[in-house]
Amino acid sequence: MGGWERFVDTFFKPALIERYWPAILDGMWVTIQIAAAVVVTGLALGLLLAVIRAYRIRPLTWAIILCVDVLRALPPLVLILLAYFGLPNIGILLSAFTVLWLVLSAVLAAFTEEIVWAGITSIRKGQWDAARSTGFGFTGALIFVVLPQAIRLAIPPLTNRTIAITKNTALGSVIGVAEILNRATTAQSVEGNATPLAMAAIAYCLLFVPVVIAGRWIETRFGWRRA
Amino acid sequence: MSSSAARPILEVRKLTKRFGTVEVLKGIDMVVAEREMVFLIGPSGSGKSTLLRCCNRLEEPTSGHVIVDGVDLMAPGTDINAMRRRIGMVFQQFNLYPHLTALGNVSLALRKVLKQSRAQADATARAALEQVGLAARAGAYPADLSGGQQQRVAIARALALEPTVMLFDEPTSALDPELVGSVLSAMRDMRAAGMTMVVVSHELRFAREAADRVVFLDHGQIVEEGPPSQVLGTPTSERARAFIADLLH
Repeated sequence: MGGWERFVDTFFKPALIERYWPAILDGMWVTIQIAAAVVVTGLALGLLLAVIRAYRIRPLTWAIILCVDVLRALPPLVLILLAYFGLPNIGILLSAFTVLWLVLSAVLAAFTEEIVWAGITSIRKGQWDAARSTGFGFTGALIFVVLPQAIRLAIPPLTNRTIAITKNTALGSVIGVAEILNRATTAQSVEGNATPLAMAAIAYCLLFVPVVIAGRWIETRFGWRRA
Repeated sequence: MSSSAARPILEVRKLTKRFGTVEVLKGIDMVVAEREMVFLIGPSGSGKSTLLRCCNRLEEPTSGHVIVDGVDLMAPGTDINAMRRRIGMVFQQFNLYPHLTALGNVSLALRKVLKQSRAQADATARAALEQVGLAARAGAYPADLSGGQQQRVAIARALALEPTVMLFDEPTSALDPELVGSVLSAMRDMRAAGMTMVVVSHELRFAREAADRVVFLDHGQIVEEGPPSQVLGTPTSERARAFIADLLH
C-alpha cells in the first residue's frame, strides 16, 4: 500500500464513512442543541450578573467575584466530572446532557460577566452624568445609555469566548453525552480506525466555521466609531 | 433686568461641599431670577463647576439647600429624577451618546423618561434640533459632527425637555476657537427666548455682552457679584482684578 492509500485508509475509509455518517449527523444535532442552549443561558446569565454587579451592593459583588473567579480558574472538564459523578451522591440526579449544559453555561456566564463588566466600567462618567441630568434614574441610565455601549465594546471578546466555550461541548463525550465526539470515539474504538474522528473534525468545522464568520459579521455590524 | 423683582427660579442657600478634608464650597448663597443669565467665573479650583453640579445634585452637596422653582432638591421627599429633567445641563465634553444619532440623542429621554411615543418624541426632538440650527444633521452620529455641532446637539437634548433653568458647564472650553461662535449664538437665542441660564465659562467677552449678572468665585466663596460692566469693568477685589486682567489680555 502506498503512502496516499494508507492515508486515505486511515482517515477517510469510504466503507466507514458510509457506515457512520448517520451517527455523526445525530451527534451534530445533539451538539447543536447543547451549544445553542449554552449560548443562550450563558450569555443571558452573564449579562444579568454584570448588571447586578453594576449596583455595587457589597455582599452580592463579593459573591459574584468569588463564583466568577472559581469558574474561570477551573478546567471545565473538572467541573463536568465533579458534577456528573459527585452530585448523585448528594441526591441530585442529572442527565449527562443537563450536566454539560449547566456547567458550560456557568463557565460562559462567568466570562460574559467579566467582559460585560469591563465594558460597563470603561464607559466614561460623563455618559452617566448626561443620562442622569435628563431625568434617568440609575437603572434607566444603565439600560438605555451605558449597557448598549458596553455590550458593543464587549462583542469582539465575547464572540471569541463564546466560540471557545461552545467547542467544549466535546467534553460531553467523557460523560457519555451522544454528541459528535462521543459518537466518533465509540466508532473509532469499534473499528480501530481514525476515519470517524476525521468525520468528527469535519462536522465541527461545518458547525463552527459559520459561527466564526457570524461572529466577525456581528463585530463589524455593531461596531461604531467613538466621538 | 432687575433680579429683585422677578420670581426666583434657582436659589442656593448656605451650600457647602467637602471632598474629604478639602472644603470646595464654603457656604454659597445665590439667587437666580426668571429669565436671568448669570455667569459664574473664577480661577480653576475656585469651585464654580462644583457649584453648578450641585445645582442638580450630580454632585451631592455636603450641606445647605438648592431650591429650583420652589422645590428643595435636598428635601427627603423630592423626586430628584423628576426635578433633574426640569434642569437642563450642558457639559464641557458634550457627553453625547456615541451609539445614537443626533435625533436619537435628543429623543431618548423623551421616549424613555417622559414615555412619549416615538413619533411624538421625534417631532419634539426635530424641533429642538431646528432651534440650534441642526435639523439637517438629525441622522448623523456624534462621530460625524464637529465639536460645535455636537455641543449644539447636547443643548437641543436639554432643551427638548423644556427645562425651567439651564446649567452650562464650560460649554465652549473643549471647542476649537472657530467653532465657539455657533454655540454662543445658540445660547444667545435661548436667552432671547427667555430661558433662565447659569453659565460657568471663561468667555468674558460673551459675558459682558449677554450676561445680566456675573458672580466671581474664589476659594469656594462668592467674592463679588453684580452687572458685567461692574464686575468685569471695575472689580473691587484684588483677586478678581488679577483674574479678569489675565483672561482679557
